[in-house]
Amino acid sequence: MSTAKVSAPARQQGGPPFLMALPALLLFAVFALIPMGIVVYLSFTRWDGLGAPAWAGTDNWHTALTSDVTRHALWLTLKFMLVSWLVQTPISLLLGVFVAGKQRYRALLAVFYFVPLLISTAAIAIIFKNLLDPNFGLGASLDLPLLDQNWLGDPELAFYAVVFVIAWQFVPFHTLLYQAGTRQIPTSLYEAAAIDGAGRLAQFWHITLPQLRYTVVTSSTLMLVGSLTYFDLVFVLTGGGPGYATRLLPLDMYITGFQSNEMGLASAISVILVAAGLLLSLIVVRFSGFSQMRSQQAGV
Amino acid sequence: MSALSHAPQTDSEARVPQSSAAPSTPPGRLARLRRTNSPGTLGGLLWLLIVLIPVYWVVVTSLRSREGFFDANPLALPTDPTLENYRLVLDSGYTHFLWNSVVVTAGATLLTLAVSFLAAYAIVRGTSRALRWTFSVFLLGLAIPLQATIIPVYYLIAKAQMYDTLGAIVLPSAAFAIPLTVIILVNFLRDIPDELYESMRADGAGHWRMLWSLALPLSRPALITVTIYDALNVWNGFLFPLILTQSPDKRVLPLFVWSFQGEFTINIPAILAAVVLSTLPILALYVVGRRQLIGGLTAGFGK
Repeated sequence: MSTAKVSAPARQQGGPPFLMALPALLLFAVFALIPMGIVVYLSFTRWDGLGAPAWAGTDNWHTALTSDVTRHALWLTLKFMLVSWLVQTPISLLLGVFVAGKQRYRALLAVFYFVPLLISTAAIAIIFKNLLDPNFGLGASLDLPLLDQNWLGDPELAFYAVVFVIAWQFVPFHTLLYQAGTRQIPTSLYEAAAIDGAGRLAQFWHITLPQLRYTVVTSSTLMLVGSLTYFDLVFVLTGGGPGYATRLLPLDMYITGFQSNEMGLASAISVILVAAGLLLSLIVVRFSGFSQMRSQQAGV
Repeated sequence: MSALSHAPQTDSEARVPQSSAAPSTPPGRLARLRRTNSPGTLGGLLWLLIVLIPVYWVVVTSLRSREGFFDANPLALPTDPTLENYRLVLDSGYTHFLWNSVVVTAGATLLTLAVSFLAAYAIVRGTSRALRWTFSVFLLGLAIPLQATIIPVYYLIAKAQMYDTLGAIVLPSAAFAIPLTVIILVNFLRDIPDELYESMRADGAGHWRMLWSLALPLSRPALITVTIYDALNVWNGFLFPLILTQSPDKRVLPLFVWSFQGEFTINIPAILAAVVLSTLPILALYVVGRRQLIGGLTAGFGK
């Protein structure tokens, strides 16, 4: 505050011009903000992607909101969001806290954990498509009864197979976040607790976890908003199948628009996606003290 | 800050009655607490297996012959390893797609960095309402899923006669990297003390001088972070290349692996060789710059 007061007059004379922010704002506006407007417009048109869009009133919205396919996709996306969060958060939290320890071997583990982050989503999908193959996959070839399932062919199993592969891809990233967060907790807290006789579990529960709550918020936000964008993995891994078992909202949008050439309907689905993303962020900001986290970040 | 002081004391006092006995041997107790964590070690090793078995399987399978794949134990080392699969991938134009990926990644990352750094500098140093408003736009922009705008982006790119060019991937990729890049840079630039700027101003420096010879060198760590993060994202991007390009010679690596898989459906060792080759460039960078890579990523999202 004090520095701001001192320099305020100087800044007013010669603060950097808005012009400097303009290139970034323009680029972002052209490819993200204006498209949001266009997609709303397109959702009221009939368009096959080639000719000119024709006004169609609320037809697409009527279809989108009453179609079983889209409703199912929306429901599936929410379920996926919840299950993924429940699976990934505890694993990455525990792993992150674990590898934050000072021992050499833990640092080494963290090095290997990082590997999935380097592999492109398309490649990860291809790897697991083959690994989980009912004929030539790992479970089948090794004759492991538990693993020998038709993972991607059974509607119920396919959903959890996707959850697992997403976790495989993203747990390393969230582990990194928790590792970094844990390292920032002052060791004096643990020393004091140990002197008071608190065991490891008590320390984890009463020091580590409360101290990591901003990291939990950051990680969860990225995870939840990310759930709205898992397109490429599902597209390559299952194509949305079997049946509609893994047809999440982004994939539903892609298939409707770019495979069935119903861009208008696909635009309506896109608007639902944007709305879900914004709503989710607003909820997170409102209820988790995200804004406090910002200021703390700036202060550290 | 208030969080730092509250939680721990109250609980440890309430829960542990024998606290008076503890102070006699704190160092030994601490050492013991740090050393023995068998459930943690077990869980850590289990996850290591989950991470490494698929990777190991990919590598050994890519070295098998096509016939050898069907009757081999999938986790055994190949009896007579062959590089035939890798030759097949290299003959399918791998180096060309590698070059496309490099061009797209470098182009998008440089563009993002240049415009984001200017914006972040202006947002931190400026006072105008327009700049504050710009920052809010970027904050909100984080929540826009890029999938949701792909149809209009496709429409715009087609209208601009850019469809099926590498530039068609570069521009939207850069645009979607801007919000997070600006926010990370802003958070970092805020910590540069005003006094440094003031003393430069006293020497008669203008904004471009201060930006170039003060803000830029001081934000090196943050710049490394966002470079790595943005480059990884663009490099592995799939949706924009899938929708905004069409001809085989405009493919980038993720799309190449995908289409290669479609073409060679039954030649699994060759498909996995393509997976290995598409990952190799990043893996090589990782081996060389591991510390900065991990350090950069965690610093950017630290609490």
